[in-house]
Amino acid sequence: MRPIASVHDIPLGEGRTFAVDGDMIAIFRLRDGSVRATSAVCPHKGGPLADGQIDLKQVICPLHLNAWDLRTGCSLSGQPDVAVYPVSIDDDKIMLGD
Amino acid sequence: MRQRLVVIGNGMAGARTVEEILARGGDFEITMFGDEPYGNYNRIMLSNVLAGVEDESGIFLNDLSWYADNGITLHAGTRIERIDRFAKRVYAEDGTETPYDKLIIATGSRAFVPPIPGAHRPGRGYHQGVFAFRTLDDTRAMIRYAKEHERAVVIGGGLLGLEAARGLQNHLPHVTLVHAMGHLMNTQLNFAAGDTLRKTIEEKLGIEVVVDGMTTEILGKHAVTGVKLADGRVIPCDVIVVAAGIRANSEMAAASDLPVERGILVDDQMRVQDEDDIYAVGECAQHRGEVYGLVAPLWDQAKVLADHLTGVNPLAEYHGSQVATKLKVAGVDVAAMGLKEPEHPDDEVLTFAEPKKGIYKNVIIRDGRLVGATLVGDVKKVAFLMQAFDRGLALPEERAELMFDLGGPAGEVKVEDMADDEQVCNCNGVSKGTICSTVQSGCKTVSGVMDKTRAGKGCGTCKSVVQRIVEWAAGGEVEEDPAASYYVPGIPMPKPELMNAIRLHELKSVSSVFAKLGGDEDAKSKMGLASLLKMMWGGEYVDERDARFINDRVHANIQRDGTFSVVPQMKGGVTTPAQLKRIAEVAEKHEVPMVKLTGGQRIDLLGIPKEKLPEVWADLDMPSGYAYGKSFRTVKTCVGSDFCRFGVGDSTALGIALEERYQGIEGPGKMKLAVTGCPRNCAEAYVKDLGVVAIDGGKWEIYVGGAAGAHIRKGDLLTTVSSPEEVIVLTGRFLQYYRENANWLERTYAFVPRVGIDKVRAVVVDDSEGIAADLDAAMEASVGAYRDPWKDRDEPATPGQFRTSLPLIVLPQVPVRA
Ligand SMILES: Cc1cc2nc3c(=O)[nH]c(=O)nc-3n(C[C@H](O)[C@H](O)[C@H](O)COP(=O)(O)OP(=O)(O)OC[C@H]3O[C@@H](n4cnc5c(N)ncnc54)[C@H](O)[C@@H]3O)c2cc1C
Ligand code: HEM
Ligand code: SF4
Ligand code: SF4
Ligand code: FES
Repeated sequence: MRPIASVHDIPLGEGRTFAVDGDMIAIFRLRDGSVRATSAVCPHKGGPLADGQIDLKQVICPLHLNAWDLRTGCSLSGQPDVAVYPVSIDDDKIMLGD
Repeated sequence: MRQRLVVIGNGMAGARTVEEILARGGDFEITMFGDEPYGNYNRIMLSNVLAGVEDESGIFLNDLSWYADNGITLHAGTRIERIDRFAKRVYAEDGTETPYDKLIIATGSRAFVPPIPGAHRPGRGYHQGVFAFRTLDDTRAMIRYAKEHERAVVIGGGLLGLEAARGLQNHLPHVTLVHAMGHLMNTQLNFAAGDTLRKTIEEKLGIEVVVDGMTTEILGKHAVTGVKLADGRVIPCDVIVVAAGIRANSEMAAASDLPVERGILVDDQMRVQDEDDIYAVGECAQHRGEVYGLVAPLWDQAKVLADHLTGVNPLAEYHGSQVATKLKVAGVDVAAMGLKEPEHPDDEVLTFAEPKKGIYKNVIIRDGRLVGATLVGDVKKVAFLMQAFDRGLALPEERAELMFDLGGPAGEVKVEDMADDEQVCNCNGVSKGTICSTVQSGCKTVSGVMDKTRAGKGCGTCKSVVQRIVEWAAGGEVEEDPAASYYVPGIPMPKPELMNAIRLHELKSVSSVFAKLGGDEDAKSKMGLASLLKMMWGGEYVDERDARFINDRVHANIQRDGTFSVVPQMKGGVTTPAQLKRIAEVAEKHEVPMVKLTGGQRIDLLGIPKEKLPEVWADLDMPSGYAYGKSFRTVKTCVGSDFCRFGVGDSTALGIALEERYQGIEGPGKMKLAVTGCPRNCAEAYVKDLGVVAIDGGKWEIYVGGAAGAHIRKGDLLTTVSSPEEVIVLTGRFLQYYRENANWLERTYAFVPRVGIDKVRAVVVDDSEGIAADLDAAMEASVGAYRDPWKDRDEPATPGQFRTSLPLIVLPQVPVRA
């Protein structure tokens, strides 16, 4: 588990991309204050998931509007699943890993 | 061994018969031959395809997988040339032969093209520019050709000719209908009815109608230039559609020594006369002297034949059909059944005519039974009359009830009294029983049932009956089509209700709307709500950036590789050398991978990474062209009277003024405008959300609801005004009316027909609801609140607003054009 960003780096309800050991990870800050992390790259055709719109359940890729479950990474529209990462908040820090 | 069943003809009758056989559990090894290279499609919907109200893909009844799933061998695109009745084999044109135990001929009919000189070119089939209207290929070819031409003549004023003429209007500006007889639809209508119809067609649709016009020649050597009539008149045209009747495809049967008159002769079991194992159904069959040209009889024939062949009822008999005709032309209602005029002196006749409104109706009664009815211009009673006609029902004592709704339920068919096998949708052959079982299988919405069964999806006249059956079958549990009426999927409310609730609770942010009205936040609804709230609250709107789509967060259009496109404003498509130089410098400085002219008359810089957007805007120092939002986009203009030798109005000046005023206004969908300097329409104003056309005498026509994207529609004329100022005011008022009343993502081409141009005109031009001043004021407020988003570049609106979201290397790179 290690800190990778401050919660203030991510506006409420949006996502931002962070580089972690050569991987690009999209971190989303949900409107209930919790955070989720997925691979930054859309499994469909490589779209930037952090630019997608989210709610408490899903992220919608901005390119072709496919949707993925933010918690499980399961596709909600018949695409391959996306990788998800354990992520949590400690004070103001966003912590990646178990 | 299973019996081998061979079907020649893979059209509506052939495929339907096979469906009926399968539904009865018939155990055959089935092989089908079809001349057309497709699965079975709904031929009657070709009119809708031509008219642009239905997609090609939507008309298929049995796609190729259906054949595979049911173990049917389909030879699509293979024509059968000959039957050997003794060897029990059919021979295809490709040389193959196929044995059968039972044979069904369902070859339908083809367009009849009278021997008019010039219609054919030796060795080449039809003259280029001359079309029949029978198959999907005909329809495709006609659309392709018509789009590139100007004037069409349709020969033949029957059902098909009328539908063809209407459909063609969708693709070219002038359509003339030439009919050899004295009035339109003379097979089904009497003179008074046909003449009423003619006036409606001319006045309402703008199709020119020529009656008593016998075509004697098609003119033009290489390309069609016109048609010549018997009285010497010449009608110039460059496209001709011949809809002069049909002929049964029975030559192949005749050549194989089967009995043929006008069609293949069949008995009451649809068995070809004197044959044991050969049957014929559909338009190629002649039964008791009748050859039909409509689909309803073939549904009955298919059932009888399937009963007989599968042994479910070997003695099933077909006794002929009572046919009713309906015209599938939007806005022109015609239905006719049985006699068009009384035949006996004691036939009872009721006639009602209101020529000014284009209404003519008559009913003919013999011995207390309905034997004929005609409805032109008002077909409210058609469902009832068809039942009475078809079933020979007793008629109401108050005869006027046959023609009018005199209050009370009298005359309405009671759905509970209908028999299960009673056909409700004659176009697609759907019975009450099918609708009921669809409801019982759990589909409890009207539109759901219509999608599943296709009931109501032909001419549409049975929709109200379908609705009543669904309601009845669902026993009051009919489910509202949920999402259909909602403004956005996540909040269960139609737009007006939603707007009231928003006002009532003063909900000024997207999250507050969810909290108060929707329960859970829904990502797919955020953008629509953001647009609505911004429109309603203007400056008071609480802008939560996460409600915006990425394009609106960074004021640029996201591309396939995650980069963005930058389109500076270029009002009316007019630019200056200085602006061009600046754009060129910026493009060079930032090594922009592609610089392209857009369809909206401006310049697009493509492939800008997100993090560089603010810098590019700063270097350009031009306002945003809004090429990314659900918002007012551009006003295309032509050069107009300042330079063009045809121009009658200053289209560029007006276009610039419109764009100046309404730039960046957001709405439920994109708003693309155009102003053109004369009716030659170089700026394509007829196909814009709002298009303005200068006409002679200093006047301006305003068209609304046009489109030329995936959907193509010519706009409806809203009104004609005499000054640019009026254009500007009415544009604002129309756009505001659209913003307040259209559903999310509903473009004007759907909105205007949904509301109806008459209603739109009444509200926007004539102020029938007294809201014009409010609309103007609301628009004024939005105009006043406009602020160029590209100015907000010094300070990011949110942390990391312009941070890259992707390592671009994992993506296909957009090639740099030298
Ligand atoms: C534009 C249009 C609009 C219409 N609108 C209506 C309407 O509103 N209401 C209505 O009731 N009716 C309407 N009709 C008529 C309706 O489509 C026909 O009644 C119906 O299609 C007849 O079905 P069928 O199977 O007998 O013939 P078809 O559907 O024509 O099928 C016959 C098939 O057999 C194939 N075939 C022919 N000869 C051979 C051969 N030798 N070997 C192999 N295959 C062969 C043909 O290519 C064709 O695919 C309309 C027709 C058209 C063209
Ligand atoms: C004297 C009269 C006309 C002038 C001065 C004129 C001028 C032009 C010019 C300069 C272009 C741009 C060409 C390019 O981008 O390479 C153009 C495009 C076009 N013109 Fe014309 N034209 C005239 C007549 C017409 C007529 C009569 C029509 C239609 C009936 C027409 C339809 C079009 C269309 C559809 C385009 C393409 C529009 C677009 O790219 O968005 N033009 N015209
Ligand atoms: S629409 Fe008329 S005025 Fe405008 S460029 Fe074309 S021909 Fe000229
Ligand atoms: S037509 Fe298709 S490929 Fe071309 S810009 Fe539009 S969406 Fe993209
Ligand atoms: S790239 Fe994400 S949906 Fe297509």
